[in-house]
Amino acid sequence: MRVSVTVNGTQRQVDDVWEGESLLYVLRERMGLPGSKNACEQGECGSCTVYLDGVSVCACLVAAGQAAGRDVRTVEGLAADDGAHALREAFVEAGAVQCGFCTPGLIVAAHDLLERVPRPDDAEIREALAGNLCRCTGYEQILDAVRRAAERTVG
Amino acid sequence: MPAPSTSPAPPAAGTSTRVTGGVGESARRPDGALKVTGEFAYSSDLWADDMLWGATLRSPHPHARLTGLDIGPAVAMPGVYAVLTHDDVPGRTVYGLERADQPVLCDGIARYHGEPVAIVAADHPETARRAASRIVAEYDVLEPLTDPRRAIDPASAPRVHPTGNVVRHLAVRKGDFETGLDVAAEVTVTGEYEVGMQDQAFLGPESGLAVPAEDGGVDLFVATQWLHVDRDQVAACLGMPPERVRLTLGGVGGAFGAREDLSMQIHACMLALHTGRPVKMVYSREESFFGHVHRHPAVLRYEHGASRDGLLRYVKAEIVLDGGAYMSSTPAVVANAATLGVGPYDVPHVSVDCWGVYTNNPPCGAMRGFGAVQAAFGYESQMDRMAAELGLDPVEFRIRNAMSEGSTMPTGQAVDSPAPVAELLKRVSSVPLPPRERGDDGYDLRELPGGVSNTTHGEGVVRGVGYGVGIKNVCFSEGFDDYSTARVRLETVDGRPVASVHTAAAEVGQGLVTLLVQIARTELGIDEVTILPADTEVGSAGSTSASRQSYVTGGAVRAACEAIRERVPDPASLPDGEVVEETVEWRHRPTSPLNEHGQGNAHVQYAFAAHRAVVDVDTELGLVKVVELATAQDVGKAMNPDAVVGQINGGSAQGLGLALMEEVQVSGGRIGNPSFTDYLIPTILDMPPTRVDILELADPEAPYGLRGVGEPPAISSTPAIVAAVRAATGAALTRIPIRPEHILDLSGVSEGERT
Amino acid sequence: MEFLRPRTWNEAVAVKAAHPEALALAGGTDVMVELNFDRTRPASLLDLTGVDDLAHWALDGDVLRLGAGVTYSRVVDELGFALPGLATASRTVGSPQIRNRGTIAGNLGSASPAGDAHPALLAAGAEVEVESVRGVRHVPVAEFFAGPKRHVLEPDELIKAILVRPASGPQEFAKIGTRNAMVIAVCSFGLALHPHARRVGTGIGSAAATPRRALDAERFVSEELDWQGRGPLPDGVARRFGELVAHAAEPIDDGRGTARYRVHALAVMARRTLGWAWAAYRKG
Repeated sequence: MRVSVTVNGTQRQVDDVWEGESLLYVLRERMGLPGSKNACEQGECGSCTVYLDGVSVCACLVAAGQAAGRDVRTVEGLAADDGAHALREAFVEAGAVQCGFCTPGLIVAAHDLLERVPRPDDAEIREALAGNLCRCTGYEQILDAVRRAAERTVG
Repeated sequence: MPAPSTSPAPPAAGTSTRVTGGVGESARRPDGALKVTGEFAYSSDLWADDMLWGATLRSPHPHARLTGLDIGPAVAMPGVYAVLTHDDVPGRTVYGLERADQPVLCDGIARYHGEPVAIVAADHPETARRAASRIVAEYDVLEPLTDPRRAIDPASAPRVHPTGNVVRHLAVRKGDFETGLDVAAEVTVTGEYEVGMQDQAFLGPESGLAVPAEDGGVDLFVATQWLHVDRDQVAACLGMPPERVRLTLGGVGGAFGAREDLSMQIHACMLALHTGRPVKMVYSREESFFGHVHRHPAVLRYEHGASRDGLLRYVKAEIVLDGGAYMSSTPAVVANAATLGVGPYDVPHVSVDCWGVYTNNPPCGAMRGFGAVQAAFGYESQMDRMAAELGLDPVEFRIRNAMSEGSTMPTGQAVDSPAPVAELLKRVSSVPLPPRERGDDGYDLRELPGGVSNTTHGEGVVRGVGYGVGIKNVCFSEGFDDYSTARVRLETVDGRPVASVHTAAAEVGQGLVTLLVQIARTELGIDEVTILPADTEVGSAGSTSASRQSYVTGGAVRAACEAIRERVPDPASLPDGEVVEETVEWRHRPTSPLNEHGQGNAHVQYAFAAHRAVVDVDTELGLVKVVELATAQDVGKAMNPDAVVGQINGGSAQGLGLALMEEVQVSGGRIGNPSFTDYLIPTILDMPPTRVDILELADPEAPYGLRGVGEPPAISSTPAIVAAVRAATGAALTRIPIRPEHILDLSGVSEGERT
Repeated sequence: MEFLRPRTWNEAVAVKAAHPEALALAGGTDVMVELNFDRTRPASLLDLTGVDDLAHWALDGDVLRLGAGVTYSRVVDELGFALPGLATASRTVGSPQIRNRGTIAGNLGSASPAGDAHPALLAAGAEVEVESVRGVRHVPVAEFFAGPKRHVLEPDELIKAILVRPASGPQEFAKIGTRNAMVIAVCSFGLALHPHARRVGTGIGSAAATPRRALDAERFVSEELDWQGRGPLPDGVARRFGELVAHAAEPIDDGRGTARYRVHALAVMARRTLGWAWAAYRKG
């Protein structure tokens, strides 16, 4: 089937999509946007977190056809976003990145948190990021990165 | 080859103060910017024109004879380009890290649930999956051997392999046990413990892209821990000389031991060579649970003897490690469990027997702390029980028996560098305890056992504190020729000196690439250092495992930089256009094999970490919330302090997972929970705040005095957490992961009583 | 496979009549896992996310009408006061990303015994509004489940809404998991006080082939409680209530927990949640 979707502000159209395909597959394999990661494909790890009509979701659990006519924003689409920039800087600075496979999803999830709650406390950060598994860091430096980014963004 | 240097050489004259981001600083990752933007290319992100997708058909049985295999229905599907089986393996039909005993594709007997039987290449992953499911495989189901305790009997049946079911039995005898005497003690404690099968659960699934080359060979881009050992196995099975198989490291989404063995490497190459087109294979999370080795489950029986005044006199132990269907690195896991089996303690008389066995369970191999993790749960549980028996504080009892520099290991090896076990324990036990944050009626569910699942508002919650300390060998042991190769190139471009570092060492997330940049900066006295992609165009770096890369590849890069400095004493002043390049193969000091009593200088270096865990347990529901983890670890030299902290926190988290939730559930040889829905790893709500205390006591043998960092925190966090839960509940807890029903006494609960 | 995407509810009902084999797809948080893991290959997918008027809730007289497209996140954010039990349960579902996408109706459609919404809906006495070209019917949630992952819908029927009275008293939900987030229930329990009817509603999750009420426990405790005087909850009553809830369960041993533990944990959760709810009721 054909799917037309706005991705990172650009209208995109892809053909020959299998009906059972996920938005994640379409982004990664058909649109050249592999920033959303394929760690579990069952919504348990958050590595593929994207915005769908402004709401953070797991792209692996959105059928490609469901995204038709919708607005998708991926980690690549946050390139010019100030809040995301502060997060990216803080993640590198705080040592919150190791293998990095969880990082793009965490950037989107943390971006979503800070858009809604500019100065979250630790418990709020933890609950908001509980859907993003990281196997390398033990999360401590991720918490630190989000705290730093929040401080800088709010000033 | 230059002789291994034995003490840190001074850096480039007069330049050490000039560089920023050198050794000892928390320099930023060179790959960090790409990783946070999503641009970093992992092995699953690769793409090529005309690329096909591979899929694997696997055995549904843990033990079966393959009696028929009809690929016809799969071949007939539109979009399918190849369907290959055992008969299509071009070269050697088996592979393996220590012994080639694992068939590339099922050779007639399936020995574990998930064994690859056939592979497919098609133009879409769904087509490949559908085609694989249409292959008709017929089996005679055989009785599986699933009890590792049965397998230690050399006559046990069925035989998983013709050589018998014992992969390795290692006996270590020290003191009177070595001379065949028995030893008695005033106080004895015996216990039997069990460790479940843990999974590495890296986030980036097994994946890679194989591209057929014009010379008839193949280029493979893959996530692995050891490019050269992959290459050699792939080449042998393809029937090609190694130079026609070229590997390049794709971005690695974590490893933790699970990428030391091959997964899709040979399969993708076979399909690419057969079709003449690039083939990409990416395992799903479910397939990943079948596609790599796990941590060996263990049954451990310990007897500790001590004097009334609290000195250990002897330890007897029998440890059985379930290696599953193929050998993988079982012999090395046996060696670690046996030689480190009494822990970081001075014990005059030691008798340890450790068996690694074949069964029809999933194959097991390397995982962070391999062998040492399992043993630590046993010996640390025993140390707590003995302390209780003696009426001693568990920290005090450990300190009284702590090994130190100059101690003799159960193998007879003298410990010739700092071993600050007592100091580590003192440090974690002197950290102020975290406050109890709950007020009289105020509570935050997120701070309580059960979390937002709202199972308690404080009822039944009891706090417990526990300790653990562990020991791990660093680098490869037992006489293995363990080396790494580094090529460093120095040139001056537009007046600026630039160095590039080329090694085959696998960056798997730990930050080796940062470290190598730091070393080159410090040694050459220049700021601009580039790390070239890791590939097989340079010599082997050995495996990214056993906490060894900072030591060995770090040592190799330093040696290559030193060789450059021999030629160009002031690298910053190299004239424009000139190029200096040095390639160095660097070895740590040699080790020896173990004799029939398990005696010998088998290990290169020892590393230690201690943990204190504070937990809150809902004693009515058996749910645990870890409140805080305090760690102290001697790292010799904190090459990059932030990276060291990251390793410690990450290792602690994996230890927490093993203590409380992580287990591949295997029943009758079948994996019951191959998903992230049912194989649970800690979330950010499960990991508590941590306190990390880093000691830097230099090992004079090691580059910069460093000590391997990655594994120790994954060893001591588990027993510390279990001890804390015991302290809160009084439950025996002899098996990990702890389940709620282990904490509670449910003997009075009837499930059949209905009204 | 076919991908069907109706734009209106009437169209959806018509499409379902024409394609009774179609698998209804809402937030996708269950269905897509089945697709990604190659566990199901339905002839067609019927996507309901294009039907706009499904993602609304509104008060309809004294009944709250929760459209089939309403997500867990919106229940947490918008209905914490009206449906506190369901909101508490929704907060325990998966992760923020899952809650942003998954729906209460989808939870019913999957009909897992472990579905987090079910105990809260059972305790609150909710009904499911079901529609086909043949008409509309209302199924009490207690009669909705037919077995593990099976429900009473006919092949041509779709869930349109969930009908539930806003809470007239305290409600609680508790769930056992061996991880502090993103966990499927080992077992769970929902409780609602209905002071006007002087009745306690219950719901048991993941401890029988289907979610179910604990009827004996409800009868017992509804009679024992001092509704009028709002007197203290006798410890013996709370304990007996817990026992009766546990007796209503028929759990099995599985990878997530043992039957014995589930029975025990249900008794503890029932006792505790009753205590919390009654304490709140006494405070008024």
